[in-house]
Amino acid sequence: MSDIVIEARGLTKRYGGTIAVDGLDLNIEAGEVFGLLGPNGSGKTTTILMLLGLTEPSSGTVSVLGHNPLREPLMVKREVGYLPDAIGFYDQLTARENLRYTAKLSGIPAAEREKRIGEALQRVRLAHVADRRVKTFSRGMRQRLGLAELVAKGSRIAILDEPTSGLDPQSTQELLELIASFAGEGMTVLLSSHLLAMVQSVCDRVALFRDGKAGLIGTVPEIAGKVLGGVYVIDVEAEGADAKSAVSGIEGVRGVTPRKGGGIQIDADRDLRGEVAAAIVAAGGRLKGLSMSQSSLDDVYVRYFRTQEMADAA
Amino acid sequence: MQRKGSALSGMSTIAWKEAADHFSSARFHFVMLLVLLTAFGGVYGAIGEIKNTIGQDPFLFLRLLTTSKQPVPSFVAFLGFMLPLVSIALAFDGINGEYGRRTMSRILSQPIYRDALLFGKFVGGMIVLTISLLTLWLLVTGLGILTLGLPPSGEEIARGLCFLVACLAYAGVWLALSLFLSTVFRQAATSALAALALWLVFSIFWGMIAHALTAALAPIDPTDPMTLVNAVEWQTGLARLSPNTLFSETASALLNPQTRSLGLVFINQLEGAIPGAPLPFSQSALLVWPQLSGMVAAMLLIFTAAYVTFQRQEVRA
Ligand SMILES: Nc1ncnc2c1ncn2[C@@H]1O[C@H](COP(=O)(O)OP(=O)(O)OP(=O)(O)O)[C@@H](O)[C@H]1O
Ligand SMILES: [Mg+2]
Repeated sequence: MSDIVIEARGLTKRYGGTIAVDGLDLNIEAGEVFGLLGPNGSGKTTTILMLLGLTEPSSGTVSVLGHNPLREPLMVKREVGYLPDAIGFYDQLTARENLRYTAKLSGIPAAEREKRIGEALQRVRLAHVADRRVKTFSRGMRQRLGLAELVAKGSRIAILDEPTSGLDPQSTQELLELIASFAGEGMTVLLSSHLLAMVQSVCDRVALFRDGKAGLIGTVPEIAGKVLGGVYVIDVEAEGADAKSAVSGIEGVRGVTPRKGGGIQIDADRDLRGEVAAAIVAAGGRLKGLSMSQSSLDDVYVRYFRTQEMADAA
Repeated sequence: MQRKGSALSGMSTIAWKEAADHFSSARFHFVMLLVLLTAFGGVYGAIGEIKNTIGQDPFLFLRLLTTSKQPVPSFVAFLGFMLPLVSIALAFDGINGEYGRRTMSRILSQPIYRDALLFGKFVGGMIVLTISLLTLWLLVTGLGILTLGLPPSGEEIARGLCFLVACLAYAGVWLALSLFLSTVFRQAATSALAALALWLVFSIFWGMIAHALTAALAPIDPTDPMTLVNAVEWQTGLARLSPNTLFSETASALLNPQTRSLGLVFINQLEGAIPGAPLPFSQSALLVWPQLSGMVAAMLLIFTAAYVTFQRQEVRA
């Protein structure tokens, strides 16, 4: 599982004076779901376009499945499916006709074509509207049709640019489940997003983008650990003792912050609920509430970009 | 940089899809209806005129295409005016339409080169034009047989088919031009407007422009007859920059067998010629050769410009 399928070295894209992507190094392994995460304008789409060979890098190299997207674009595009961020179809054609057209372009033999298209539509639950014009499709249906195209093409790598933008929570959830099921079948997925919760739920690893640089790359807990100091967040509500000083001595506590309404929030390396409860009781307090959550990527995101901005300002 | 794989894989898929789209689009139906109406108007007018001279003319069928009855212009004149419009309708949103529908990056992420997309769009347009013109030609021939009561001669058919090729070359120039404009402008409305502006310039104003430019570039000195020859040559040269001029010259040489030259003729060059005698087909074909290759060259040149523009474009939609 540790074959590198996408490799970027020093990837840079300049538009006149502005740098959209700045010296990016990226290794994506076979079968993993990788998230490119960053605010608007941080260079996610530009990176994706360079990986696909649709935009020429100013410098740096890309290798997708061992091929250079500029020199052997057909080899790369045959294996890679791309879902652009604002996906469009030929509105006057039906869903099936749209898929048939791209299936022909991607060189799927005629004998297999209809079967694969039918299966792909089934897979994304569009079989019942397969012969309706795409004009009548909702945003969520178009997005799923885009995924059906990747399935029909039999892509080994799927590159999805903001696949859930503009979808309601339920459609988002459905789409994420589909993406996760693709990954379960061995497809490598690279997706970009600024919605953190969604990335957290499907991605094995993420890269945090900022101003064209990948500031941090790693699994969500790793990154959370680096940025926040702790992976676990424990909320404590206690009376009758100085909870803050009681718990700050415990080994594994990375930070304690008072909360509005009297409680405290503890950032911890591991699950310290037992120790925290014991410490508060030992200090003579009464424990009223104790809950733990894994830190969300949102916290990481906000914290990371705030510290970066402060560093920039300094 | 060396690229691998065929530049044209996927081209025929794209061409046939484009052709199918055109044939089912309301826009195309509309312009074809316009063309059909004007074409029949032209032919109908011609029939009225010809009936008077029937029996005296060996090229009756060709007269059907070239005779005009005031105020209705001839079929050929109508075609010269309307064909660019058909081509513009086919291609003005060829490339920018894909951006507008946001299908461009999805199509280009399939294993094809950009070349295939552009070639496919052009070939698709040419397929549509060929089928439409052939149909029109057959309709007009049938109408002629019905009304005149005699079939066209072999030579008339040969000249007619040659004219068909000239129509295709002419329509191809405008197809390439509007495809080029659709790569240059991101808005379909802008490229349509630009194409229509050029259409008006070339079909209506170019004669005046050529005249004015000639007056400025080659003024006539009344005491020197050579300046007159010079001016005429300038004027024809400038006029021939317009594909419309090339087309009407080609049409007149092919469909009027009496046409002996498409430029200035001196009286001493006519020595021994029988005035009004028709040229054989092969000589007429020779006569239009430069015009025809001029149109094909213009088409290739404009298509190359479109190609270069498109290859450099960033695809972000
Ligand atoms: N054609 C262009 N010319 C100049 N600058 C550009 C061009 N395209 C993109 N940029 C700049 O490159 C930077 C990165 O853009 P990019 O689209 O990659 O961001 P993104 O991370 O995908 O943002 P979003 O979340 O909004 O999609 C932006 O600052 C943008 O202004
Ligand atoms: Mg983007």
